Amino acid sequence: MRRAMTGFASFAVLLAATSAQAQGTVKIGVVMSYSGQFADPGSQIDNGIKLYMKQNGDTVAGKKIELIRKDSGGIAPDVAKRLSQEVIVRDGADIIAGYDLTPNALAAADVSAQAKKFMVDMNAATSVIITKSPYMVRTSFTVWQVNEVLGTWAFKNGVRKAYTLVADFGPGHDGEAAFIKGFKDAGGEIVGSARYPVANLDFSAFLQRAKDANPDGIYIWVPGGPQPAAIGKTIVELGIDKNKVKIMGQGELTQDDALKSMGDAGLGLITAFHYDANHQSDLNRKFVAAYNAEFKRNPDMFSVGGYDGMHAIYETLKKTGGNTDGTALINAVKGMKWESPRGPMMIDPQTRDVIETVYIRRVEKVNGRLVNVEFDKIENVKDPWQAATAK
Amino acid sequence: MAVSSSALAGPHQYLQAQIRWRPIEIAFWLATLLPFVLTPNYLVLASQIAITALFALSLDLILGYAGIVSLGHAAFFGVGAYSAGLLSKWGWGEPLTGVIVAGLAAGLLGYLVSFIIARFRHLALIMITLGFGLLLVEAANSAGWLTGGADGLQGVHMWPLLGTFQFDLYGYTAYCYALIVLFLCFLLSRRLINSPFGLSLRGIRENIIRMRAIGAESRPHIRTIYTIAAVMAGIAGAILTQTTETVSLGSLDFQRSADILVMLILGGTGRLYGGLIGATIYLIARDQFSGINPQYWYFPIGILLILVVLFLPNGILGGLARLAETERGRRWLGPLTAPSWRGKFP
Amino acid sequence: MITSVLGVLFDGFAYGMLLFLLSVGLSVTLGMMNFVNLAHCTFAMIGGYVSVTLMNGAGWPFLATLPIAFLAAAAISVAFERTMFHRLYRASDLDQCLLTIGVVFVSVAVTAYLYGTSQQPVSLPNYLRGSLHVAGLTLGVYRIFLIVFALAVTAALVWGLEFTRFGAQIRAAVDNQRMARGLGINVDAAFAIAFALGSGLAGLGGALAIDMVGLDPSFALAYLVYVLIVVAVGGLGSIGGSFAAAMLLGISDMAGKYYFPAIGSFLIYLVMISLLMWRPSGIFGRR
Repeated sequence: MRRAMTGFASFAVLLAATSAQAQGTVKIGVVMSYSGQFADPGSQIDNGIKLYMKQNGDTVAGKKIELIRKDSGGIAPDVAKRLSQEVIVRDGADIIAGYDLTPNALAAADVSAQAKKFMVDMNAATSVIITKSPYMVRTSFTVWQVNEVLGTWAFKNGVRKAYTLVADFGPGHDGEAAFIKGFKDAGGEIVGSARYPVANLDFSAFLQRAKDANPDGIYIWVPGGPQPAAIGKTIVELGIDKNKVKIMGQGELTQDDALKSMGDAGLGLITAFHYDANHQSDLNRKFVAAYNAEFKRNPDMFSVGGYDGMHAIYETLKKTGGNTDGTALINAVKGMKWESPRGPMMIDPQTRDVIETVYIRRVEKVNGRLVNVEFDKIENVKDPWQAATAK
Repeated sequence: MAVSSSALAGPHQYLQAQIRWRPIEIAFWLATLLPFVLTPNYLVLASQIAITALFALSLDLILGYAGIVSLGHAAFFGVGAYSAGLLSKWGWGEPLTGVIVAGLAAGLLGYLVSFIIARFRHLALIMITLGFGLLLVEAANSAGWLTGGADGLQGVHMWPLLGTFQFDLYGYTAYCYALIVLFLCFLLSRRLINSPFGLSLRGIRENIIRMRAIGAESRPHIRTIYTIAAVMAGIAGAILTQTTETVSLGSLDFQRSADILVMLILGGTGRLYGGLIGATIYLIARDQFSGINPQYWYFPIGILLILVVLFLPNGILGGLARLAETERGRRWLGPLTAPSWRGKFP
Repeated sequence: MITSVLGVLFDGFAYGMLLFLLSVGLSVTLGMMNFVNLAHCTFAMIGGYVSVTLMNGAGWPFLATLPIAFLAAAAISVAFERTMFHRLYRASDLDQCLLTIGVVFVSVAVTAYLYGTSQQPVSLPNYLRGSLHVAGLTLGVYRIFLIVFALAVTAALVWGLEFTRFGAQIRAAVDNQRMARGLGINVDAAFAIAFALGSGLAGLGGALAIDMVGLDPSFALAYLVYVLIVVAVGGLGSIGGSFAAAMLLGISDMAGKYYFPAIGSFLIYLVMISLLMWRPSGIFGRR
């Protein structure tokens, strides 16, 4: 009798084990920069992913989620492509995600298209990326999306003559083109444009030229890092009056660490973006609190890109019942709508790109701290680049 | 008056001794075939190691053999890479001709630059090569209409190799291709080094003043080897573009120049295999370390470099050569290491 | 027109002073012992992080953290020198490169681990913020401070080298090591102290740089190129050379960006290549 019981018990265990095996895992390859000069955005995206998994568990539709992290180490499309390939071929990943930088995302898109795997672009913001694979969805933003509406808004809010100053590489050029289009289409006049080298440390020369052109608005595109703080401080040092000249830019200009370094020099800077930790919604307040508790810092647009990317993965898996086929997943995500810490967002069923609200914010002092206060918004903004280039 | 044959015998014997294939070399090249059998999932990594090894070999030709320290060698790699990419983008996707065109483009740039390079030495030379490399990066960034700028070149699509072998997701074709080109370039380098020209390069490296004193022109030699190294680096860059169908500014930036220099020093300069060994070890270490911890892999890599320098001076092969000189080492490592200056002629 | 020229000169001068503080140590070390220390900017980074830790963690005022940044960088550099670097004084240049690059990699990873990868905020006291209006020019207060402070440090350095016995020993060791040894000068001790001093100055430069150019773990690698340019153009072992090179590069960089923004980034490299082709040993280097 005893023997039969142990026999039965061991058989049951074996059955449970094999059925757990049959239940399976969903492997997600996360490819982005964990080291090097782009390590900070990478770690923020990773934090967003980790927080989502912590809050929602690591099992979806009966399957366990397993992350395989790969470091692309900066701008290295050959490495990013190889890592995406390896994570699919070698490690058996069903989904690839991450991609903080445009060249890397473009290279990986080839892999996604060839291997027919679902790909989630959690950050790379150049418009053309989404067209490179029919299995890709984006959960961040595009430069055109955010900057064209800023140009339109600028004109509507009193800026007639604008000077643009952007970083001299792809995203900067995109920002320049988008802002100028939005601004000119609304009726504005561009009095000067300049591009500064990507590795530039000192902005006094560039901002002096901008000041000398006498505009009533200066548009600046700058990537995250040490430059926003330098720009903010130099603007004050050169005596540019923000009441007379609106200083406008994309959200990175007034990122958390930039504001901390700028101090009061940051007051009055106007930015357009899809996310800020200061966004006043219950969902975001909870998100920010949970994020701070876990990682001791505020979330930023990288974090929310990672967070919403995981949300997209989880929801599509639920819809397909755990089926990881690329076509099934991409069809499930098209048209998906949800409430994100950033506000409402939707995945465009035609382009698979993100449709969201763009907020216009101004830096103000609230309770002794400098924050981005949202005071205007444009809803349901689609990426206008495809429309603009189709013409 | 004819020089007596006994005076010529020494150097010729030396060169003939060098050119014989050692068993360890044959073993090394057979080992490069192992990935096909042992680790078929790693072929894409293997192909990138082969490409980097070729690049390192090209740097060894100028650094290890002619004493030119270059911090801008990635310029030629990048020119080769972009040439191959642009050729494909403009409609001609045949790989072999693409490689030849890329090699010629890089070689042309190398030839032009070599006129300046040959006139300088020491720190000025290092900084001038660095400056040229940085200028090229800026130029490539500015010429975004041509190079795609920071987003990289789009629209690179390769035709099948020799009409039948498509570049696939698994990397079989890529690794075969890269390995064969590496081997051919290696044979060429080996022949070049173990020739009177190669000897004169080593003379330039050791004591350029004395070379001039014995009437050996140094500048044309430097220009020649620099051009050859540029062609080889360009070929390596082209293969990278063709096997990955991507090109970006990362193929010619300072990071790439610095990385290849580190890999070459790690393996050991002036020993022909140093670049190959250094590239293999560094890239495998980086892949493994970053797999374990993608955020802090710089730490174990840094420790690896420090330990190699402290315990194996002159790189891995240099350190092994030093060990081979000891009694015990001679017994165990004798046949392994590359030949040193143990010549019998004065 | 004149105001813009003076403005460019002023900003260029400030930037140049920063480059000088960061580079002078490497120039002396390289000229004196021929030791290729690519980890020089690591010490600058250490100075920066020490300053930030004291300010944000212990609430110290910015100015008080500067001497500590100097001492911390100097002390840590001596530790490295005594344990690892001195073993490689006779090794090849390439081995020295590899060792010090290994040290840089380790420092980048350790810093990322301890402090995270984001930019370190620096809270300057209010009297160092903002700008002064002088004769039609708008001059940043921090830049004025930087120039004055750096000039004071330079003056102290030059005085120390010209008018003290120890300074004379260092100068002797730089000029002709063998002779100096022959005269009974303790060259090793002189070198260790000079190394510490150079690294300390780098640490000071790192702390001063945070407000102007930011601080994150990639600092140790990012500024290496600029420092090498200053050292090469100025001439190894020459303080005056480093000063002149730093000024030249800082001002031409500013001028290029103001007057020719399209080619601004090319200018600094063109200037370097031209100067080195004209004077391969540097402006004040020994032939």
